[in-house]
Amino acid sequence: MYRETSILNDSSPVSPAGDDGAGNITINVGPQHPATHGVLHLVITLNGETIKKVEPHLGYIHRSIEKMCESLTYRQFIYVTSRMDYLSSHINNHACALCVEKGLQVEVPPRAQVIRVLMDELTRIASHELWWGAMAMDLGAFTPFFHAFRERESINDIMEETCGARLTMNYMVPGGVMQDLHPDFQKRVKEFLHLYKRKIHEYDELITGNIIFQNRMKGIGYLSPEDAISYGCSGPVARGSGVSSDIRKIYPYEIYNKLEFDEVLETAGDSFARYMIRLREMQQSIRIIEQLIDNIPDGDFQAKTKAVLKLPKGEFYQRVETARGELGVYIVSEGGTTPYRIKFRSPGFSNLSVLDHIARGSKLGDLVAMMGTLDLVIPDIDR
Amino acid sequence: MFIIKYIKEVYRGVKSLLVGMKRTLYYFTHHKEIITQQYPDNRDTLVMAERFKGEVVMPHNEKNEHRCTGCQACELACPNGTIKVVFKNELTPEGKKKKAIDKLVYHLELCTMCNLCVEACPSDAIKMAQTFEHSVFDRSELTKILNNPGSKIMDGVE
Repeated sequence: MYRETSILNDSSPVSPAGDDGAGNITINVGPQHPATHGVLHLVITLNGETIKKVEPHLGYIHRSIEKMCESLTYRQFIYVTSRMDYLSSHINNHACALCVEKGLQVEVPPRAQVIRVLMDELTRIASHELWWGAMAMDLGAFTPFFHAFRERESINDIMEETCGARLTMNYMVPGGVMQDLHPDFQKRVKEFLHLYKRKIHEYDELITGNIIFQNRMKGIGYLSPEDAISYGCSGPVARGSGVSSDIRKIYPYEIYNKLEFDEVLETAGDSFARYMIRLREMQQSIRIIEQLIDNIPDGDFQAKTKAVLKLPKGEFYQRVETARGELGVYIVSEGGTTPYRIKFRSPGFSNLSVLDHIARGSKLGDLVAMMGTLDLVIPDIDR
Repeated sequence: MFIIKYIKEVYRGVKSLLVGMKRTLYYFTHHKEIITQQYPDNRDTLVMAERFKGEVVMPHNEKNEHRCTGCQACELACPNGTIKVVFKNELTPEGKKKKAIDKLVYHLELCTMCNLCVEACPSDAIKMAQTFEHSVFDRSELTKILNNPGSKIMDGVE
């Protein structure tokens, strides 16, 4: 019999591993575990092979980024945010740049806006590619990882050519972007689009249609729309349950309201629905890139800003849609050159909190599939 | 009815596995599709992108002159305290004392390659180099002095 009180009343921060006498076994997954993709520590209570409780323990990669930002100026603090959700670092930088621009009331030139959206969507595809490869590898398929990295590599090459780095770019600055596009940018992006369209059917052949994969994903980790809202889920996790939560549609920023793209929604709410959301979202990002790549307006890539940025006294909030969900940046300014307080509302934290809810009652082997479809990036959760 | 459904399911399952296996075999027989680079072996032919941010360097011309005025804009722009400007007093030909840089100390071990110092420099004295093999045996080797010994500021740079 399962005694819930014995676990809830446990005052020690980490439950001791072992049998509690009622057939419940507590085991530790992580912090160093290949399936958790980082230093996530899960204390799992099992009865046989059935999960009774999942308790995430955080803090292993806490770098106090929010506190660090308080001692950095409005130009300097953006580079730190690349280290939060490192797979969509462009979008993190974008959110901070937008928030500072909101305070400064700077008009961003149209060229810079288009460059930013292009980079965001390329990042989104690269992030989903890596997720797809890692997800399949969690479930035991090793080949897809290399296929995903082939496409991701060509995006990384584009980033390296224009921004000078492959992962932590620090390309978005208040007022625009740091450097102009590389002359070869359009050519390289078109090459990527060609490669992607030639290879996308392999994804379905290798994994989506695979009977073993489907049996491990369908009906696993069901999340109802009501729970998705009450747990604060966003991004593909909420959209997999049929909750419309695309910030690009609901609170459009930059030029997203002028672009044609669909908000991808699935209603099944299980792991397979969340999987399909991300695959279909890549197609929508391709659609956005195709609309913009031949229509990059001429002009400045950066608005004229002062050498020392000072935000007026007040509070500023900006939200964007990263590859994982809603990222919010909240700046409190006292009128100085550094922020008084910065708070990041990261998508990974809310999406992780739902893991205990969807994992209860399922088997231990399915936990990996659920964690995979939540697309957790641990530095984003801990900051 | 159940038997027919069962057999159909087995057929569909086996077919999906074979489709995936066919894709793997395709790459097994098509070597031209492989894009992997053999990194340490291709070091001579490896070309990095021209904007790649490897480390901060200070270009000097053939007369051992640089463009750094010592305005400390890079030091202020750096988020990590990577750059430190050390001054000295120099005598001009007229006999006046003039402030000039003695050393521009650069801590590679603290640098995050954010490019903010290069953006901040008003006289284009520093730039990013494309090197990336930075590992050394001792940490102190990563602290570098960017200006060459005995170097001077270029004429006409204020």
